[in-house]
Amino acid sequence: MSEMLTTLEQTALSEYKYGWVTNIEADEAPPGLSEDIVRFISAKKNEPEWMLDWRLKAYRHWLKMSEPEWANVKYPKVDYNAIKYYSAPKQKKTLNSLDEVDPELRATFEKLGISLDEQKRLSNVAVDAVIDSVSIATTFKKQLAELGIIFCSMSEAIQEHPELIKKWLGSVVPMTDNYFSALNSAVFSDGSFCYIPKGVKSPMELSTYFRINAENTGQFERTLIVAEEGSYVSYLEGCTAPMRDENQLHAAVVEIVALDNAEVKYSTVQNWYPGDKDGKGGIYNFVTKRGICAGVNSKISWTQVETGSAVTWKYPSVILKGDNSQGEFYSVAVTNNHQQADTGTKMMHIGKNTRSRIVSKGISAGFSQNSYRGLVQVGKNAINARNFSQCDSLLLGDKCGAHTFPYIEVKNSTAQVEHEATTSKIGEDQIFYCNQRGLDTETAVALIINGFAKEVMNQLPMEFAVEAQKLLAISLEGSVG
Amino acid sequence: MSELKELIQDKISKESFSGNGSLKALSQKGLELFNEQGIPTVKHEEWKYTRISVVLNKDFSYAVDATAVTAKDVDAFRLPGHEAANELVFVNGIYHAELSNIRSSADELVILPLSEAVKGEYKAIVDANLGHSAGYHNDGVNALNNAFAYQGLFISVKKNKSVEHPLYCYYINDARTVNVLSQPRTLIHVAVNAEVKLVEEEVTIGTSDSFINKVSEIVVEENAQVHIYKIQNEDSHSSCVKTTHVRQLGVSKVNSVTITLNGGTIRNNLNFILEAPGCESNMYGLYCVKGNTHIDNHTIVDNQQPHSLSNELYKGIMDENATGVFNGKIFVRQDAQKTNAYQSNKNVLLSDTASVNTKPQLEIFADDVKCSHGCTIGRLDDEALFYLQARGIGEKAAKALLLHAFAIEILEKIELEPIRQYVDQIISERLDFEI
Repeated sequence: MSEMLTTLEQTALSEYKYGWVTNIEADEAPPGLSEDIVRFISAKKNEPEWMLDWRLKAYRHWLKMSEPEWANVKYPKVDYNAIKYYSAPKQKKTLNSLDEVDPELRATFEKLGISLDEQKRLSNVAVDAVIDSVSIATTFKKQLAELGIIFCSMSEAIQEHPELIKKWLGSVVPMTDNYFSALNSAVFSDGSFCYIPKGVKSPMELSTYFRINAENTGQFERTLIVAEEGSYVSYLEGCTAPMRDENQLHAAVVEIVALDNAEVKYSTVQNWYPGDKDGKGGIYNFVTKRGICAGVNSKISWTQVETGSAVTWKYPSVILKGDNSQGEFYSVAVTNNHQQADTGTKMMHIGKNTRSRIVSKGISAGFSQNSYRGLVQVGKNAINARNFSQCDSLLLGDKCGAHTFPYIEVKNSTAQVEHEATTSKIGEDQIFYCNQRGLDTETAVALIINGFAKEVMNQLPMEFAVEAQKLLAISLEGSVG
Repeated sequence: MSELKELIQDKISKESFSGNGSLKALSQKGLELFNEQGIPTVKHEEWKYTRISVVLNKDFSYAVDATAVTAKDVDAFRLPGHEAANELVFVNGIYHAELSNIRSSADELVILPLSEAVKGEYKAIVDANLGHSAGYHNDGVNALNNAFAYQGLFISVKKNKSVEHPLYCYYINDARTVNVLSQPRTLIHVAVNAEVKLVEEEVTIGTSDSFINKVSEIVVEENAQVHIYKIQNEDSHSSCVKTTHVRQLGVSKVNSVTITLNGGTIRNNLNFILEAPGCESNMYGLYCVKGNTHIDNHTIVDNQQPHSLSNELYKGIMDENATGVFNGKIFVRQDAQKTNAYQSNKNVLLSDTASVNTKPQLEIFADDVKCSHGCTIGRLDDEALFYLQARGIGEKAAKALLLHAFAIEILEKIELEPIRQYVDQIISERLDFEI
């Protein structure tokens, strides 16, 4: 085992392979935050009056709030006046088709493995690509429109579907919800909007790809998914950022509404730049994600693979309001070097016969700290609510930490709530068993880790699962012998 | 809120602080911290589910007049087996030597006021251990007790002695005429190879409001064994915050069983600080409560050295409007390799107005460890009930049988027969259980 530890310490982390910068001319706001900047963003996006009012209200509320400090993470405070709140790749005119997208930009996405053209022809995934803060291109729009599915950037939605936006924006995550959601509400520059009409099952997976490119910018995108009665959609989200020495802020908000009998599956592979091996640089990932099962028999499922970011602060939650609704949360969080993650979920049982399932796997290596923080709340009227939570932690190395903070609040006698957690390392007997069968230690460790995370990986859509497995291997390369 | 703080400050300032050395320092520090922090509100993470300020916000008297309590009063609540026990009686927070009954000889057991212990041969022990719990409870309630530490009691169990007579400690608040807030304080030193059993009970005489804010620090040396049994069975006008802070300084074994049957607002802090390799700590708890009782169990296990074992099991049966809180923290420090730490909390809710908030928390900094925690909140198993009913046992009796079986797992851990029988009897009556 000590041999394994030395190999572990000796081998350095493999390079973050998405760390390049694209030289695209960007349209930027000056750094700093004020009402003028909020007005500037709103004007830039040619937004209607009500949207500006909404933003200003959020901004004024944000001024009154203070940054939360309860999370189990330590980081130098963010200087909110040093951040540029708007950065968009310069575009000369409105685009009619994908072919008109800046070739440099398209090269960027090709490098990321998301070739917009290729995707369009070959695979069956509709992609909305967001660079810095602005949505660049959305593929498959036409085919989706035929079914009545709206899948477009948030700015487009504000212009074209104001009635839907007015109705749903901020309905799940109110602008006053927390410090970062208020900030996001004030300055969000773009994001994706997805609307699945009644009875429609989306024939393809919808996907958003986020990338921070410009220096000193913050990315504040906002995603809103509305699934009408009896509809189904599977939504994917991926993200990368260049390697920079400064910390960059990413404060997104994702809202999901599932009405009667609707189902939404939201999968994330988060791979923001985690900082170098000494903990310098990296993204602060302070994200608010929440879904509401508003209708009966509805279901929302969150799956996340978290490998990136210097500091993560993220709790995808489900409000189980409709009777018989279901919430799920599957997570693999990997931290290496000096990364810190405080992540988990909230399941709020309000309706009758609601069920939730939480499976969280934390893997810590290097000097990292990995925390699970979750809340399971069963209200007075949530008859027959059922929850099962499992959070397992794997420690690789003796300088990292694993923490579990599960909050369970039950106010109904018919509820059945279970929580279990374990923390362990890879057993020498397990390694020995594999060695005996001809696997070298490195392969053995990779095998065991893959098995550890499998329950969550199985929940990912095919295309993502492959990527996620590779990511897992890369982020732990060197730390596992 | 500030009013309450000022009220208490006002009362404290009328008290004259005495004591020497570390005792005086602790009192002063406690007072300063209390002035700074006041009574914790629900915004304090450790007091999130317990509104202690509501309970404390009454016109409490600090009167330490203990003369009204007679031996006859004490007779009314002596625990079974007292004939063969050392009985220590605290009245309104202060040790009452006349009412107490020490059967063990002085070469086994030494009982001294802290103000004397801090001067004599025990000075080094007192200096090194008194106020150690403050490092784990940075709040106004603990600070308040520290301010009154000069009234405390020192108990020493001598080297190589196994104390035959268990120590029964009664904490009496005489609330016959006024509301009483008392601040009992003990420091118990269990020397090398010694063994002792402690039984604690709080008692309120009278019908006025009573609040006990107790801190007990226990230092356990190499090869020593300590058993701590707490029985809490009071009326709704009696509330308490009890902090038990155990330091294990050598290979040693400590068992703790906390039985909560009723009361007002009850907060139990139980800390185990495992400062030597190879320690064993067992913490068991049963709260079988109804009415408007609020029971809050906060436990901390701090594993600092390798090869230790800690085992924790808390079970709850909540009826009527009772509310329960469980917060278990396990720390495994970087040096504490090969630690095994287990924690489990199981709750049964019998009514829709009862509630439980639980937070089993693990913080682990060492990689070669086995740690697990689990918690469940639910109702009785329908299938088990059906099984019994199918065999001719009525629903009520079947429920009682299952609940009693649920509770017995904790009761079995009490290794003091008269006490175990006594608690079993109360629980059986509570659950309508007959054999």
